[in-house]
Amino acid sequence: MSLNDSGYKNQQFNQRYQKMYEQVKPKPPLVQNLVGAFVVGGLICTVGQVFQNYFLAMNLSVKSASAMTTAVMIFLGALFTGLGVYDELGRRAGAGSTVPITGFANSIVAPAMEFKREGYVLGVGAKLFVIAGPVIVYGLLTSVVTGFIYWLIH
Amino acid sequence: MNKKRGQQSIIFKVPPTLSAAAAIAGPKEGEGLLGNYFDKVMEDNLGGQDSWEKCESYMMEVAITAAVKKTGLLMMDIDFILAGDLLNQLIATNFAMRSLERPFLGLYGACSTMAESMIIGAMMLDGGFATNIVAAVSSHHDAAERQYRFPTELGAQRPLGAQWTVTASGAVVMTQGNNGPKVTAATIGKIVDPGMKDTNAMGPAMAPAAANTMWQHFQDTGRSPDYYDMIYTGDLGSVGKELVIRLIKDKGSDVSSNYEDCGCMIYRESQDAHAGASGCASSAAALCAYLYPQLAAGYLKKILFIGTGSLHSPTSYQQKESIPCVAHAVAIEI
Amino acid sequence: MQAYIMAFLVGGLICVVGQLLMDLTSLTPAHILVLFVVLGGILSAVGLYQPLVDIGGAGATVPLPGFGHTLVSSTFEEINNSGFLGIFSGALKGAAVGITVAVVFGFTMAVLFNPKG
Repeated sequence: MSLNDSGYKNQQFNQRYQKMYEQVKPKPPLVQNLVGAFVVGGLICTVGQVFQNYFLAMNLSVKSASAMTTAVMIFLGALFTGLGVYDELGRRAGAGSTVPITGFANSIVAPAMEFKREGYVLGVGAKLFVIAGPVIVYGLLTSVVTGFIYWLIH
Repeated sequence: MNKKRGQQSIIFKVPPTLSAAAAIAGPKEGEGLLGNYFDKVMEDNLGGQDSWEKCESYMMEVAITAAVKKTGLLMMDIDFILAGDLLNQLIATNFAMRSLERPFLGLYGACSTMAESMIIGAMMLDGGFATNIVAAVSSHHDAAERQYRFPTELGAQRPLGAQWTVTASGAVVMTQGNNGPKVTAATIGKIVDPGMKDTNAMGPAMAPAAANTMWQHFQDTGRSPDYYDMIYTGDLGSVGKELVIRLIKDKGSDVSSNYEDCGCMIYRESQDAHAGASGCASSAAALCAYLYPQLAAGYLKKILFIGTGSLHSPTSYQQKESIPCVAHAVAIEI
Repeated sequence: MQAYIMAFLVGGLICVVGQLLMDLTSLTPAHILVLFVVLGGILSAVGLYQPLVDIGGAGATVPLPGFGHTLVSSTFEEINNSGFLGIFSGALKGAAVGITVAVVFGFTMAVLFNPKG
């Protein structure tokens, strides 16, 4: 491989280099990561189930109990982000702490807290939605599109 | 006689002296391999300031002041300061310069800025345009992280190839004359872009630039790899370092016995920095805290110091551009 | 007890799918959150997510696909109740608690705490 040819858009060098990189690239410890995600994700959902059962036992409807559970889980995710614990959890659990709704709360608090120094409107107010914004946008688009199809059929 | 050699190199006629160096670092770096070598280790990542950006400016001020103090010079004896950092519009550097009140040029070469500043400073000294020059850089993990990647409190998992931006600042004072380690030659790098897009694999993206500049340096100066006691790259990390060794091997040379990467010299394995350190201060911390004292004491006699920088931005990354990289080499001998 | 075990298993498995996406593709956490909400919504629309909720309980409602399910299922319900307008009013009605709580606590925590870095 000629190093002198390692210029911009030198496809030949780039392809060979990519191969060389694949040989030394550290592989993610997949099994360890999957176990971590499974256990932590499972535990967070189990905590959710505890609250769900508690609210059901208070004679709330299934729907209200779910909503209350969501609210509590979001509160916990936000609190542990504020306490500086959630990023440590995420470093180990990966998707196990990102995918549950607590991870959604984390994605709201983390940028909002960090951009507080840029003010309450353009810092906290705007950055709150850096990650949550796209989630809500695409969630709403999905529900409108599927809803429209549902309306056409029925 | 023209001081340019070959295609990209310079041989200094009156090699400028590095008369002092100083470095300040954050707490994680303080617990790392170079912990005992820093002039000052901050207790937290704010250093008594109220934002990470202000902390970075503060670190640079401290590093420059400390380095100048070691030479016995006064700040007003410094003709020019050449400095840079990673933040947009060089805010860490520009704000640090407010209180120093010296003529100043801000430079951006991403993590290669220390080598870049030293080369330009050495040229100014050899050219007779100055007597005392300070070259300095800084980087701050949290300030860089929020600019380049995600908020620090976001629970995102870092891949094993990722590197950890060093929270530190390093400064060297360069002078005409005097005894001490001297900058004898330099090689200015071309942009090399191997087409990689993963910002979690910056070392591998920069490795071809580093190997290219290193190889060109040998060609231009007629020196061989074993001319140097040690060759150091700036912040390629363990993966990038392995790639440089392989790229140089492909050229028919072997640097595996006298080559190290500064990114592998900052953190301990147990510190969870994965592939090693990165950032402007990776090379600067290693140079100012560790390599300079080794050179000054004569434990190291000839080193080739290669700053490596990946010149992408969050915008270019989001627009799916690959990462252009650069590397500049500085030969330091005593 | 059974409910807890099922929540653990279903929730854990959904997270495993997310982890596979993270490790084997270059998707960022933000992309995965968006993808999961959309997937949850689509599965809900074709009638596959409600059975998962019946089996897994919180294991299916706490992960983000559950949020997509809430959006779509409440849209359908609203269409059944109030026709065409339901397409646009249903989703936010169903997600009102989640979104409001997220904004309120997100803001509160951001004000109360400072990032540690």
